[in-house]
Amino acid sequence: MMDVHQADVIEGGAIVYDVDGIKPEPGKIRKNVRLIGIPLRKKAQTLSPNALMRNTVALGAAVQLFDLDFRHVESAFRDIWGDKKPEIVQQNIQAARLGAAAVDEMGGSLHLGLTYSNEPKYLMTGNEALCLGALAAGVKFLAQYPMTPASSILHWMALHGPAHGVVVKQVEDELAAMNMTVGAGFAGVRAMTATSGGGFSLMVEAIGQAGMTETPLVAVLVQRSGPSTGLPTKTEQGDLNLALGAGQGDWPRAILAPRNPEECFSLTAQAFNLAEIYQTPIIVISDLYLGEGYRTVEKFDFNVPIVRGMMAADGGTAKGFRRYEITDSGVSPRALPGTKGFQFIGATDEHMENGELISDVLAGLPEYVEERRKMHEKRMRKLDGLRKDTPRPELWGSKNADLTLILWGSTWGPAHEAILAAEEGQGVKVNSLEFPTLFPFHVEETQQMLRGVKQSLAVEGNYTGQFTRLLRAETGYKPDHFYGRYDGEPFASRDIAEKILEVTA
Amino acid sequence: MKLEFEMDTYKSEIKPTWCPGCGDFAVLKSLQMAMHALQLEPWNVLIVSGIGCSSNLPHFLSTYGFHAIHGRALPVAEGAKLANPDLNVIVTGGDGDGYGIGVGHFIHAMRRNFDITYLVMNNQIYGLTTGQASPTSEKGMKTKSTPIEGVIENPVDPISLALASGATYVARCFSGDVKGMADLVQKGIEHHGFALIDCMSPCVTYNKVNTYDFFRSRVYDLQKEGHDSKDMKAAFAKAIEWPFVQRDRIPLGLFYRTEDVPTYEDLEPALKKGPPVRQPLGIEDPDALLSEFL
Repeated sequence: MMDVHQADVIEGGAIVYDVDGIKPEPGKIRKNVRLIGIPLRKKAQTLSPNALMRNTVALGAAVQLFDLDFRHVESAFRDIWGDKKPEIVQQNIQAARLGAAAVDEMGGSLHLGLTYSNEPKYLMTGNEALCLGALAAGVKFLAQYPMTPASSILHWMALHGPAHGVVVKQVEDELAAMNMTVGAGFAGVRAMTATSGGGFSLMVEAIGQAGMTETPLVAVLVQRSGPSTGLPTKTEQGDLNLALGAGQGDWPRAILAPRNPEECFSLTAQAFNLAEIYQTPIIVISDLYLGEGYRTVEKFDFNVPIVRGMMAADGGTAKGFRRYEITDSGVSPRALPGTKGFQFIGATDEHMENGELISDVLAGLPEYVEERRKMHEKRMRKLDGLRKDTPRPELWGSKNADLTLILWGSTWGPAHEAILAAEEGQGVKVNSLEFPTLFPFHVEETQQMLRGVKQSLAVEGNYTGQFTRLLRAETGYKPDHFYGRYDGEPFASRDIAEKILEVTA
Repeated sequence: MKLEFEMDTYKSEIKPTWCPGCGDFAVLKSLQMAMHALQLEPWNVLIVSGIGCSSNLPHFLSTYGFHAIHGRALPVAEGAKLANPDLNVIVTGGDGDGYGIGVGHFIHAMRRNFDITYLVMNNQIYGLTTGQASPTSEKGMKTKSTPIEGVIENPVDPISLALASGATYVARCFSGDVKGMADLVQKGIEHHGFALIDCMSPCVTYNKVNTYDFFRSRVYDLQKEGHDSKDMKAAFAKAIEWPFVQRDRIPLGLFYRTEDVPTYEDLEPALKKGPPVRQPLGIEDPDALLSEFL
């Protein structure tokens, strides 16, 4: 690991290493990096012969270098080992103090002038934030088959869901996961499933079924490196085409792409409203870097709006009820099984307003050619409403920038860092055009924002530029430069910063 | 005493599109009779089906229905049952749907012992797609997809499979006996647990082997021959009689039933608060939830 990271340590930083182990190589590190060699293993062995605590010695050294309050280290040890193993807590405190003392002998703190707040902060992954958003919105059903990097959603919900009345079910495969979610959504609860690309591929037929039967549900797609089994523990943004094209035929969907844990919370909560208002699947697309990566977040507001959409029983009469009534918005009044008098059948075959099939004996008769056209148009009209109700693209950073980054999802974090670094270091004015909604596309708003763009660089975690191509298909705009990453690693800010310099040079 | 729901209450305005003589008419009738006998409120019944001739069945009844995709009726029904356990959930479909493309879900639904009644209209052929071999087609049967040697695979035996997978009510009936079928369907709906009712439902158009006459000359009533439906070993012995041991006698009736096994709904912790569909949305004490992240 020394080999991997030694060149990353910036000027004014330090490398703590074991003098009896792998050492930094002088030619490979930056200038003004302090080298702090400590006999980590030997010091740990003074407390316990197996030297298990040598990492704790190094941790103590880091604490001293950063001027951190030692009490936080002690409380972290107590959190980990609790009251059950007080001797281990004490030993680790001693080990950390050995590391701290060693730093003091070698010049002490880095004097970075860091200030620390004692106010507690929330630390969580994107997947955990997403679960909280689902709970805030009133999710009552989650069916899932284990698949990295979406499994942590299943784990968290299995532990916390039942206390809040959420049925959490690990099922036999992703076909069952999606179909159960469809059944639960049809029966009237807020229902969700989550998976990665492989599992989503198996869900494709069933999610189209929800589109056809106008059943609300939320499908979470946490991307990992593909194709096929790919790199299961590595990140990518390579499943946008899959989400866009999932299912045979056309059916209305929205695809929301959170950029950070805050949006994992807020967009998931919003997805449940959109699913019920428009009675169709909403896809939340995230990735391993965002889903499994930890970030500090501000406290979430759990008072999210809850809008359940048009229900037939609210003021409507059972007589003449047509579940798939043709309307201007494309949204028809919904009835839940158990509601007296509103019985209907939801069908995956093409159907009339009352749910009766036109697929078997009626298809092709002139009157039913017309019926089919009208019903298909009714469903697809829901895209107009979805386009209105989904978050617009956003321009982040300075106006009149020399370069505009175009991005979606987790690239947000490193891109913002890179933009700030480029402005500070080289004085290049850069901003970024970001898309929390990938579909339906906000064509007019995007075109308006693109008008002021001098030069653009699309930054995307895939080979073909799946979003870049979508942008071009929807707006005719072709970014000047494309930076794709598909080696399994997330974008690093320094790589984006280098790319910025390269294209603006 | 006047009943609240007449027999016709359970019929919809849509007329079946099945071929004249199709065995599925008897299954439709027996389900209607069973619901009538139990006086089920039509709005509290959800019938889920897959794809195939038989899966059109829910259209012809006045309950709630969901006509799903091929092979996936069971998971849709399981999701609906978990969302609202107060619903009477009935699944209808064919042998291709349930024992072929959907056989994985079939096994898992049974081992969970959901309180769901599953009627399989088993005609040993693919009818809607005009006559290919099905997972229950007899060995040697010539079909459009097995035109030369006939079927060379062994058939799936749904009864043995159900017994081995944990179904708690396992029965076989025949469209030639609507009354007997209605009785088994009624008891299946009443049963607290997963009920598989394998309905031998002849396809008069594409299966010229397993006809009404084929069954009439072979079927016998398990209960009349003193079979003990509480005895799982005896049930297995009867299950393998046909088609594995011989094809001269075909047992009908109740193979196995036990009420000693809790259903999935009995054990699911989230359901202790009542049906999820009636629970309030949102979180009462978010701070408690958030505290683990501090």
